[in-house]
Amino acid sequence: MIMKYSYFPGCSLKGTGRSYEESLLPVFKALGVEMEELDDWNCCGATAYMAVDEVKACVMASRNLALAERLGHAELLAPCSACYLVLNKTKHYLHDSASVRGVVGQALQQADLSYSGNVPVRHPLDVLINEVGLDEVKKRVRHPLKGLKVAPYYGCQIVRPYATFDDQYNPTTLDRLVEALGGSVVRFPLKTRCCGGSLTGTLPEPGLLCSYIILKEALARGANVIATLCPLCQFNLDGYHDKITRKWDPVRIPTVYFSQLMGLAFGLSEKEMGLHRHFIEMPALAASAAA
Amino acid sequence: MDNQRNEPRIGFYVCHCGTNIAGMVDCPAVAQYVSRLPNVVLSRDYKYMCSDPGQELIQQDIREHRLNRIVVASCSPLLHEKTFRGATEKGGLNPFFFHMVNIREHDSWVHTDKQAATEKAKSLAHAAIHRVRFHKPLEVKQVPIHPAVLVVGGGIAGIHAAMTLANAGKKVYLVEREPSIGGHMAKFDKTFPTLDCAACILTPKMSEVGAHPNITLWTYSEAMKMEGYVGNYTVTIRHKPRYIIEDACVGCLECIDACVYKQPKFFDEFNMGLGKRKPVYIPFPQATPQVVLIDPETCLNLKTGKCKKTCVEACADRKAIDFTQKETFSEIKVGAIIVATGFKSFDAQRIPQYGYGTYPNVYTALEIERLVNASGPTGGEVVLRDGKKPKSIGIIHCVGSRDHKTNRWCSRVCCMYSMKLAHLLKEHTEAEVYSFYIDMRTPGKGYEEFYGKLLDEGVQFVRGRVGEVTDWAFTKEEEGKLVIRVEDTLAGYVRRIPVDMVVLATGLEPQADAQEVRRRFNMSCGTEGFFLERHPKLAPVNTFTDGILLAGCCQGPKDIPDTVAQAGAAAAEALVLIDKGHIEQEPNTAFIHEEDCSGCKSCIPLCPYSAILFNEETRKAIINQALCKGCGTCVASCPSGSIEQNLFDDEEIFSEIEGVLAYE
Repeated sequence: MIMKYSYFPGCSLKGTGRSYEESLLPVFKALGVEMEELDDWNCCGATAYMAVDEVKACVMASRNLALAERLGHAELLAPCSACYLVLNKTKHYLHDSASVRGVVGQALQQADLSYSGNVPVRHPLDVLINEVGLDEVKKRVRHPLKGLKVAPYYGCQIVRPYATFDDQYNPTTLDRLVEALGGSVVRFPLKTRCCGGSLTGTLPEPGLLCSYIILKEALARGANVIATLCPLCQFNLDGYHDKITRKWDPVRIPTVYFSQLMGLAFGLSEKEMGLHRHFIEMPALAASAAA
Repeated sequence: MDNQRNEPRIGFYVCHCGTNIAGMVDCPAVAQYVSRLPNVVLSRDYKYMCSDPGQELIQQDIREHRLNRIVVASCSPLLHEKTFRGATEKGGLNPFFFHMVNIREHDSWVHTDKQAATEKAKSLAHAAIHRVRFHKPLEVKQVPIHPAVLVVGGGIAGIHAAMTLANAGKKVYLVEREPSIGGHMAKFDKTFPTLDCAACILTPKMSEVGAHPNITLWTYSEAMKMEGYVGNYTVTIRHKPRYIIEDACVGCLECIDACVYKQPKFFDEFNMGLGKRKPVYIPFPQATPQVVLIDPETCLNLKTGKCKKTCVEACADRKAIDFTQKETFSEIKVGAIIVATGFKSFDAQRIPQYGYGTYPNVYTALEIERLVNASGPTGGEVVLRDGKKPKSIGIIHCVGSRDHKTNRWCSRVCCMYSMKLAHLLKEHTEAEVYSFYIDMRTPGKGYEEFYGKLLDEGVQFVRGRVGEVTDWAFTKEEEGKLVIRVEDTLAGYVRRIPVDMVVLATGLEPQADAQEVRRRFNMSCGTEGFFLERHPKLAPVNTFTDGILLAGCCQGPKDIPDTVAQAGAAAAEALVLIDKGHIEQEPNTAFIHEEDCSGCKSCIPLCPYSAILFNEETRKAIINQALCKGCGTCVASCPSGSIEQNLFDDEEIFSEIEGVLAYE
């Protein structure tokens, strides 16, 4: 079974979240899912743009949607939660507001582009669960993640304000994926709580506190790894351990992408999965994956 | 009444309805326009046509101007067609020489352009003037009524309605699908705001029902099918097997003691699963009837056939246990039916962030009712699932109410029952009690005073919809507790309040099978799924099907006083109907011109009321006039055009359409 999607990486998957792309592409390839990267894509419109001028952010996002429509695959994959949200939010705005449609239409016209509104934006986790299916995933597991206790952490942007493929308050798709890979899931009531977002950069005090709470609670619940699906969450939970330790106490627990866990379970190496790029190493993960 | 057959002499009246119509339609202009139409002898506008002077005006004009057709342009015929037909009849005409034009619901209320609305009123009046010329005199038929009443549902609504009717000397069938009557009220501990014990006021009524000579009580039974029409309903009742011969069981409960299961171990429905029962059981001590039943899902003998049947030994000569029982059916004839099927408590698991089903110490309000009850599973001792006494308790209001993600409506009783539980929990445990509310709704006699009393008792009221209940601790004090996260909208910040016990004030919603029951009794449901009353103010216990009445929470959430009042009203409506002895049948029914009927039978399956039969001898269809509701489906579908409908024959309908189209 071969499925083909357009692919919008966004800035994170080429920068701070490189290991997300490095792990996602080979894993999806192994599952027969082809991802064709959009040519000449631009910023999705998240954070700064969305905060300053929503309509301009919509224009940014719409250009990517227009490129996807021109590329011709039925659906667009957006692995970064921020991109996923902005692209979907833009689709809602275009659908609901004639004035946004007008501004976006004019802007696209100047670039010889157009967008009809008909490109569904999907998250890779959604595609895994609902298109590929966990049975296909299970078939490719060579090294079940035995002994790995995973805190499933979804972050905010794929469940708020829209919850398109999972429950808004108690999402379970990631839980089910981890179980399919042979890992065990700890009950984690903070699965959709804020990681601190961009506050870690602008207002570190409350931002880091958010990250600290999640890391501390994951450890308290006996997890030895946090699985995530958002580059910003991964960055916040992995990158500030020195500051968090200085401020509170050490809460060393690795945070990895679901795609990295999949790769390890499929028998790919830590290096291939880009795990060497993370700050917190996972001896426990390596040992259990090999077991 | 010679003039009725002569050249039409039409009187036309347009009603202002205060400003309801006159605010959007130029009534004098309509009257003036109609006055110039052919056959119109007289055309007037008047402030309130439905008033006594308005009706007298019609009668007087009929006499003075020898009118033989009347048209009134006013509100919906649903409201006042009867009124004006009455006035027409009093004036000396056949009432069916009257025709009504709806220029309120169909015109003034739904338009914003006065000129266009006036034009619309004129065109509708034009159509009516055209049509009324072809009206024929019709006779209202009288059909005798069956003097018994069926009450469906044995909660407090059904109990009260049944008692009222029985005390008036009427025969009542009370059908309840659970093994005992009593409904939700039987599970409650105290009732607000007086705090009198629910059982003390309910159980005497329950036993009265059981003993009343005029009431046939069928528990563990369901009304499955209804046929017929107002005054003459035939209802099929299904009796589920309880494996006990009801007449032989004396309620000694010795079989329960003797059961091979020495300890109760199965989910006890009455105690919301907080207690356990045996396969042979009585739902609760005051159950009516005082008869045990055997649950086939858990009874060893019924499941496997291998059991010592110690229950049968214990029953001995009474021989009340019968493992061979099968479901049986009865058919009854009644004149009216009161539907009092109650509500379903909102399933708290639909709001996962409140943790019901995840955290053992999150309870629903109904569970707490059982927990504080002296005859409940803990004998009235309020303890957590691990046996400890809670030191702090949080009650969350509006769980599944006033929430666009679940149910939008206010369930009306939760504020009050939450406060009642707050009071009882404080009394039983001396715990710190928090109540999280959005708005405090206490519109009832003595209700606001009760709120004041609770404030004095020191219950902490926090205004804000709770965001989540979680078990992750942020501070030492929170460890091992349930933490309620809420924005305190009066204090203006987000609070984390650690408690030992959380109580969810779940809302009221329609029964799971409300749609099925709705179809069974030919009723409608509102958008939220509760059964729809005929008119929200003026016919609150009637439905759109004559003789089908509503009582209690199946029509919408309400407290016990309102439920009992409504049940009394439903009983009174039933009495009005059956005491009259007969019903008058609208003559706007369809009939078949036999000579033209080809016997194709295409009309038969189309009739929603099963009113059409096929006469095998003559090979013609026949319409039962008593069952026909005059919907016109068969008329439109008949390929040979052999079906005609009174008041809607071809020349009447076509002339009406012509009237609209010819208007300029």
